Formats: sequence, C-alpha cells, structure tokens
Amino acid sequence: METIILFAPLVGALICGFGWKLIGETAALWISTGLLFLSALLSWVVFFGFDGVTEKIQILRFIESGALATEWAIRMDRLTAIMLIVITSVSALVHLYSFGYMADDPQWKEGESYKPRFFAYLSFFTFAMLALVTADNLIQMFFGWEGVGVASYLLIGFYYRKPSANAAAIKAFVVNRVGDFGFALAMFAIFFLVDSIKFDDVFAYAPTLAETQLTFLWTEWSAANLIAFLLFIGAMGKSAQLFLHTWLPDAMEGPTPVSALIHAATMVTAGVFLVSRMSPLMEFAPEAMMFVTVIGASTAFFAATVGLVQTDIKRVIAYSTCSQLGYMFVAAGVGMYSAAMFHLFTHAFFKALLFLGAGSVIHAMHHEQDMMNYGGLRKKIPYTFWAMMIGTLAITGVGIPLTQIGFAGFLSKDAIIESAWAGGSGYGFWLLVSAAALTSFYSWRLIFLTFFGKPRGDQETHDNAHESPMTMLIPLGALSVGAVFAGMIWYGSFFGHADQVGKFYGIPMAEAVAEDGAGAADGAHHYVFAGQPGEGALYIAQDNHVLEEAHAAPVWVKVSPFVAMLGGLIMAVWFYIVNPSLPGRLAATQRPLYLFFKNKWYFDELYDVIFVRPAIGVGRLFWRRGDGNVIDGFLNGVAMGIVPFFTKLAGRAQSGFIFTYAFWMVLGIVALVTWMSIGGGVQ
Amino acid sequence: MSIQADLNVILPEIVLAIFAMLALLGGVYTRKDGAAPILVWLTGLVMVVLAAWIAANGEGTRIAFNGMFIDDGFARFSKVAILIAAAIVLVMSQDYMQRRGLLRFEFPILVALGTVGMMMMVSAGDLMALYMGLELQSLSLYVIAALRRDSVKSTEAGLKYFVLGALSSGMLLYGASLVYGYAGTTLFSGIIQTALEGEVSIGLLFGLIFLISGLAFKVSAVPFHMWTPDVYEGSPTPVTAYFATAPKLAAMGLFARVLFDAFGGAVGDWQQVIAVLSLFSMFLGAVGAIGQWEFKRLMAYSSITHMGFALMGLAAGNAFGVQAMLIYMAIYVTMNVGTFAFILMMERDGVPITDIRALNMYARREPGKAMAMLVLLFSLAGVPPFLGFFGKLYVLRAAYEGGLVWLAVAGVIASVIAAFYYLRIVYYMYFGEEGEVLETNSTPVLWGALMVSAAVMLLGIVNMFGVETAAASAAATLVN
Repeated sequence: METIILFAPLVGALICGFGWKLIGETAALWISTGLLFLSALLSWVVFFGFDGVTEKIQILRFIESGALATEWAIRMDRLTAIMLIVITSVSALVHLYSFGYMADDPQWKEGESYKPRFFAYLSFFTFAMLALVTADNLIQMFFGWEGVGVASYLLIGFYYRKPSANAAAIKAFVVNRVGDFGFALAMFAIFFLVDSIKFDDVFAYAPTLAETQLTFLWTEWSAANLIAFLLFIGAMGKSAQLFLHTWLPDAMEGPTPVSALIHAATMVTAGVFLVSRMSPLMEFAPEAMMFVTVIGASTAFFAATVGLVQTDIKRVIAYSTCSQLGYMFVAAGVGMYSAAMFHLFTHAFFKALLFLGAGSVIHAMHHEQDMMNYGGLRKKIPYTFWAMMIGTLAITGVGIPLTQIGFAGFLSKDAIIESAWAGGSGYGFWLLVSAAALTSFYSWRLIFLTFFGKPRGDQETHDNAHESPMTMLIPLGALSVGAVFAGMIWYGSFFGHADQVGKFYGIPMAEAVAEDGAGAADGAHHYVFAGQPGEGALYIAQDNHVLEEAHAAPVWVKVSPFVAMLGGLIMAVWFYIVNPSLPGRLAATQRPLYLFFKNKWYFDELYDVIFVRPAIGVGRLFWRRGDGNVIDGFLNGVAMGIVPFFTKLAGRAQSGFIFTYAFWMVLGIVALVTWMSIGGGVQ
Repeated sequence: MSIQADLNVILPEIVLAIFAMLALLGGVYTRKDGAAPILVWLTGLVMVVLAAWIAANGEGTRIAFNGMFIDDGFARFSKVAILIAAAIVLVMSQDYMQRRGLLRFEFPILVALGTVGMMMMVSAGDLMALYMGLELQSLSLYVIAALRRDSVKSTEAGLKYFVLGALSSGMLLYGASLVYGYAGTTLFSGIIQTALEGEVSIGLLFGLIFLISGLAFKVSAVPFHMWTPDVYEGSPTPVTAYFATAPKLAAMGLFARVLFDAFGGAVGDWQQVIAVLSLFSMFLGAVGAIGQWEFKRLMAYSSITHMGFALMGLAAGNAFGVQAMLIYMAIYVTMNVGTFAFILMMERDGVPITDIRALNMYARREPGKAMAMLVLLFSLAGVPPFLGFFGKLYVLRAAYEGGLVWLAVAGVIASVIAAFYYLRIVYYMYFGEEGEVLETNSTPVLWGALMVSAAVMLLGIVNMFGVETAAASAAATLVN
C-alpha cells in the first residue's frame, strides 16, 4: 500500500507529462488528479491503521559501492504517516483546485497547452516529497530533497515568459543550494564517522557521536553538534529560515496552487521534518538545538514584522509561512518535536486554505494581487470569504483559553509557546508571543483590506468579481474542515500526556519512579519516555521533561498567546475598520521603521552587496579579461593567424612536382641522419 | 625443419597467391573484364575465409624458413585486419568501378597480390623477406593507382607514386645494406643480438635511419608524405579507399616489426626519431587539411595526422604502445571504410563529386546518412563518446606512460586543430546554405559499410568487440 502511495504520483506525472498528447489533455489531468486522490485515500487508511511500530518496506537495492550500501526502502513510522496524509491530501486538493485556477491563464496564448505540464510538475513534486519523507536513509532523503528542489524550481518558473518568474526560480534554487551544501556536508560527516547512512545505524550510533570530537573549520566540535548544525543549515534553506529565507517571498511568482502546495504546506516544512526525523541525533546536540531555537524564534518575529506592511496578498501569506515555520523550529529546538510536527500538521491545513483562498480572490479579481486594490469583496465572493475567515481564525489561534477547544492553530501554536517557556528559552518565548500578536494583526489586516471597507481598485474588475467554480471551492471546504478540527482531534496524540504521545509515536514508555507522585494528579507523571535512539518515530531523551513542564506551565503563560492575539485583532480593527486613515499617517510619521519593514529588513539589498555584486564582479572579470581577452584572444590569434599561415605554407610546399617531393624526402633523411650523428642518438 | 613444415606456416599466403594466379589465368582465358564482378566478390570471399582461418587456427609462435618468416600473434592480428579491410574495400568498389567502366579483371587480382605482399610484410623476420613483401605490395599499388589509364590525373598519380616509391625503396635498400654490413646478418633475430651486445654502432644507426625513412614513406609520415595528397586525389576513389586502409595497416605492422624485432634493444636510439616523425605528421596533417576542399585530398591529410597518432603509440617503445597502435589502426581503418563508402556514393548526374562544399544542407535530404557521417566525422576528430576518442586516448596514454609527455600534449593540440576540418564538414551538412543537390544513391554494400562503421563507432565503446584484448596479446608477442 505504501508503495502505491509513493509511486502513484510518479505514474501520474509520467502519464500526464509525456502521454497527454496520446490520451488527450483532459484525460491526462484527470488521471494525475485521480491517482493523487487514490494516494491520499490510502494515506489516510495507513495513518489510521498504523500501530506506531516502525516498519520497513524494501523496494530495491539502490547503491552498493564499497562500504556504502543503500537500499531504496520506505521507512514507515508515525512521522512518515503524518507527512503522508499532509502531502497527499493537500496535493490532491491542489490538483483539483488547479482545474479551476489554471482554466484560463492570461500568461499563455490561445491554444497553447500548459496544463498537462503544470499537473505533471505538481505530481512529480508530490512524488519527490513522498520520496523525501519515506526515506530510510540519507541518500534517499537527499534524492527527495533535491527532487522537490527541482520541482519547486520548475513551478516557480512556470510562467517562463515572465523574467521575474525566472529570476525567482533561480533565486530559490541558488539559495537552496547553500542549505543543501550544509546537508551534504552533514551526510559526508555521518558517513565518515558512522560508516553508514542508514537511519537505524546512524541513530544507534548517536550517543557515540556525542562523545566524538571532530575538527572542522579549525575548530574542535562535538561530532553530534557539528552534524546537527550542518543538518539544520540544510533545513534552513529548505524551510526559509532567517538568512536563507529570501527566496520564499519571491517564490510567490509561481501560480498560487503551487504556493499553497509547495511553499506553504509541504516542501518548506521538509526542514522541520528533517530535524524531527533526526531527533535521536539532535537530542545529543544541545548547542545546535540552541541555535535552532534562536534562529526559529528570530525568523518567527522577523517575518511577522515584514508581513505587517506588505500589500501583495500572496507575499503577506508567504511571510506568514516563514514566520510559522519559525514557530515549528522553536518547538523542535527545545526538544518538543511532537509539538513541531503538530504545528506542521495543522499549519498545512490552514495555510493551504489561506493560499487557496487568496488564489480564489486573485482569480475573482482577474489576477490582481495588490490588497490596496481590493476591498469590500465579502458580498462578491462569500464562500471564499468564509474560507479565508476560517483560515484566519485558525492561524491567529482563536479558541477558548485553558481548554482544548479551538481552531487548529490555537492548539498547536499554544503548544509551541508553552514548550518554549518550558524549554527555558525566554528569548524564544517572548519573541513567539510578540510574533503571535503580529500574526494576528497582519492576518486580520489581510481580511479587512480584502473583504471589508469600500472597493478601492479598478471599478470594472470589482464589478466583474465572481465566485470561483466548484473545483476551487471544494478544496477550500475540505481544508476548512481540517483547519477547524485538526487541532482538537489530535491534540492528545501530539501534545497530550506522555503516554498518549508515546503511544502515538511508538516510543517505549516506562513507569516513572513515584518520587514526585504528589503532583501527579492528572496521571501524566506516571510515565516517562524510555526509548533508545532509533526506537519509535521520535527520540526524546530521558532527561527531556519539556512536555510535562509545558503542561505544568503557569496560567499567564498559557493565556499569553491568546492575549497577544486579541491585542493584534483589536489593533487591526482600530487601524483598518474604525480609523482607516491611521495606517497611512503612521507610516508617514514612522517612516524609517516602515521602510525597514517594507524592504524586508534590507536583506535582499544586503545580500546583493555582499554576495551578488562581488560574484558578478568576479564573473565579469574572468569573462571579459580572462576568457574574452586572454583565452579567446590567444586562441583566436592561433586559429585565425598562425594556423592559416602554416596551412598556406603546407599548400605551397605541395607543389605537385616530383622533384620537390623527392627533395623534401632527401632533406628529411639528411636532417634525421645529421640529428642522429650530432644529437642524442650516438652516445 | 622440413620444407613441408615451412610451407605449412605460410599456407595462407600461398593460398592467396595461388588463387590470384588462377584468377589471372581464368580471367585471361575466359571473359576478361566480364568476369570481373564475380572475381571481385570471389576475391573478397577468399580473403574473408583466410582471415577467419588465420584467426581460428593461429596459436603460439611459429618460425619458417630459418627465421625469415614469423607467424606470431602480432602477425595474425595484423593479417586478419588487413584481409578484412581489403575484402570490404574491394567489394565496396565493385559497383563504382563497374559503372565507370574501370572494373578490369586485373583489379581484384592486383589487390589480392598486394595483400599477399602485406601479409608477407607483417610476418617478415628478415630484411630480405621484408623487402620482398614490401615490393610485392608496392608494385601492385603502383599499378592500381594508375588504373584509369585515360585519365591524366590517375596516370600522374601512378607515376608519382612509382617514382617516389622507387626512391624510398632505394633508401630502404641502402639502409638494409648498411644494417647487414654492420650487423653481419639480415635476420632480425641476429640484428637484435648485435644491438644488445653492446653499443649500437653508428653504421647500424644510419642503417636504421634509412630503414625508418623507407618505412615512413609507406605510412606517409612527414616529411616523406608528399606523395599522399596527390596520389589520393588522382587515383580512382576505390583505390584511394584501399590505399587508406590495408596498406597503412601493413606498413604500420612492418614498422613495429622492424623496430621491435630487429632494434628492440635500442629503443632509446629510435624513440626520438619516431616521436619527431609523429609530431610533424600530426601537425602537418592537421594544418594541411584545413585548406582542402577536395574530400579525398582532405582524407589524405587526415590519414597523415592519424599515422602521426599511430606512430605516437610506437614511439612509446613498449608493449602497451604497440597495443595502442594496433587499436588505433583498427579503429582508423573502420572509420575510413565508412567514410570512403560515403565518398563513393557522392555524385551528381552520375559524375563523382568530391568537393565537400557539395554537402551543403545534406542532412535535410538524407538525415540517416548524414547522421552516420556525423558519427564518423566526430569519431575521426576524436570527440567522445565515439570510438575514435578512445583510440586517441590509448596512444596518448601510451606516450604519457612512455615518458613522452610533450608528445602527448602536442597530440592533443594537433587533434584540436584537426577537429576543425572534420567539424566543418558536419557544419556544411547541417547548417550550410542550400546548393545544388548532391545525390548519394547507395548500393546495399556501401550503405551497409557506412552504417555498420558508424554503428561500430557508437557500440564499440562497450568493449571494442574484443579488439582491445586481442591487440594486447598481439603486442605481447611482439615485445618481450
């Protein structure tokens, strides 16, 4: 069954990409979509039927070269199961949605066939992503890792007639290369030290790695720290964390379904998945984990501030994604991988929902993306409005404090914030709470600017705004269900009592020593995690008590994200409903800050100065001076000047007269004999 | 050793020679030229059968006539290659010559006799046997170069070849007599003994130089190459194809035979000479061909370059070098068979065309043949992944490992220059301007030769059809 899940999208991609001329465009699209739905259905079956015990399904022997023996196998555990349903469900819905969204695209001329290509890329992406999450070893994971990179490149640059789309695609690819380099180095280091790249071997070896010292860049490292750090560099690239985040907003050049699938729900979460997958290693790398927490929290805050002032609807959501990924890394960084996966899971629903909703708005507004040209769309596109509302309620974390009732984001985000507090990271905690307020503000700002107030843009576009077709609304509805209920249903499994979590992930549990039995009124403290590295889907060290401490957090901690959310909401109402002229005035009075945010903290400009320009300069130097003048000049001189000269000479010598020829022969022999007589021949 | 055993050793040569004489009698007393087509095919068949026989039967090293004739792995490898090449070129030429009224019944007989001479050459164990084989081959070639008696160019080619060939024979004989004078024997085994005993005397060295000069003429190495473009251009195209293949193989084989069997103890003395010949040949061939528009003339320069590369293998002076040379020659012959098959097809209104500019936009009309030519030309230029590249790689490696790094580097540069004129033909075929239509009406034989040799260039990279190991063992018997 897992094999079908994995390969159905590949088959779909091949049929759709190469066979559409044979079977017709519509048939091709439906086949790829149908296969994806099949894959999604089976994934849910697997998810519910899964008992938490890690299984392995071997597909083929992949590489065997010396000590490197690699199988292509599916590693089936809870992490994989979660990722399977996230990927296949969102992908199937996005496929369906694309029927409506891609129906007529102004980028293409009449009669041009672009849809099969789009669907084939989508399906191929899904396959690569599945290959990543089902990997049983690092090579296979890297294959998926690069596969999604390629698919992302192809899809961002899907509108290849737009120079900006091509530039964005290249940027995404190049920035990811930086991260991938880290990943590759980590892989080399693991192979170097463990002599295997199979997860089982690596995990079992993790405690030893923690005690191994390694010199890298003239510094002594604990091997576990170094590897964890390098792995996280890879995760930073893929998951658009601070310093390697610049590609994600630009990636919005791709069609909106792509943004929903790749740049919100699945690919960008690969980094979080990687960190969770490598949890047995991460647990032995405290310094690297600290780094993960700091980067995650900084990203969450940074991206939220930028999101405040963006006006492109997709860019707002893109920064929101960036910010939410930061949340996940904070959770992973403090050792609550389960909370990270929880947020990954719920985020997939509500962020895909928001993107697809935004796509629906864009579709309605004839590919207008600037929110300043929206306004008052509530009545025009009611279904989209409600879908977006649900998404916003979910992302801002609306729910009833101190209970487990609320939208998906409420539960998962609060879980992370509590974990951050419990993990002892004050920096993480306060930045995340502030980010929660900012999140609430920019999310409501998006809703208010788009759906409330008076229409601001082109009147005719506005009058012609229409609700999207059913193929687009059904995915919105399905995702809305997830955005509402996913948190409540699975709260216990992801972030409940230790025994629940342990059962969910298949982690062996042990009865706790009853020394603190006094505080164990709710029964949680009766169990602690007792797995060895590699047992179960996650490894949680026995001295890792973040889960219990998070549950035991003070009330003010538990309420703080809700208060922050309320604050953001009130500010948004005040700014955009009560007093709509305020934002403009504030931007004018606080111009430096406004520009700082508006220009994304000047990261692009900074990178331009530090990396891009010097690289172009060096390239130009080698091109003009090195290649153009020196190499071309030399070769052209030889090819155009010297060789023809000799050719002419050879032609002239070839006079056609026998006596000339005989003369040359005699000359030759005289020269040879002379040379032999006086030269080296006679010693 | 009894005479019967001796005859047994040279049985293939005897069979071919007797066949040639019987065919001559048959031709004279029967239908003369009318029998020629059958005779061509029959000769080809006999040669192929002989090749199979030699390939299947030969084992170990056998010596006949007191060491004058050697039948070893090296000789057998060369003979098989020579026989097959001669047979293919012969049957390829039948249609062309017949349509132009050139197909005299003497043609296949002369080719057969020439081939006997070549077989003698690669088996020579004595200066006299060497000369005998060489002259038998040369005389046959002189005649067929001038086969087209009513054409000024053809007779001129024959005459030039004859006069210059006589000069080179003279040099060779002079060298042989010097060697005999200083070594006291004409047997290779005796000469090598002398060379090994002590210092190589200057007289012996001079003899060697003259011998090398004579042989260099046969392989058209610079500066003894001058006849090549003229003779290639003037001779009828099938004859040119023959010149470019089997005799080159034989001459290279003989070259290796003399250098290693007779002077194997004095590698240091001739290595530099061969290297210099190789260097000049590679560059002159590469540079000279650039100015050529005549396809056959171009192929003449091309063969000079290729001989330079083959000599590079010899210059390495060890078994690996000989192996590289043999592989290179085998690949070279295959490429030339294909290319000449194509040249034989080229015509316009029944008149043969050999101007490469006539190939303008040829690919549009005949994509299949153009693709085959593309493969062959790329292979001739030594572009990977075609077989020609691996041939070059072998000789370059041989030179490098033989300590002749400078020669290997020069070889790479020369091959870059040479790539120009091969690729120019490709350019004409694919990107040129539309000109007069060139017809290439192929017979099945020509088409097959072209396609098979192109396919070999592609498929051979898998294992070279076993030539690699055969050449290695052949080289091992020569150099020990």
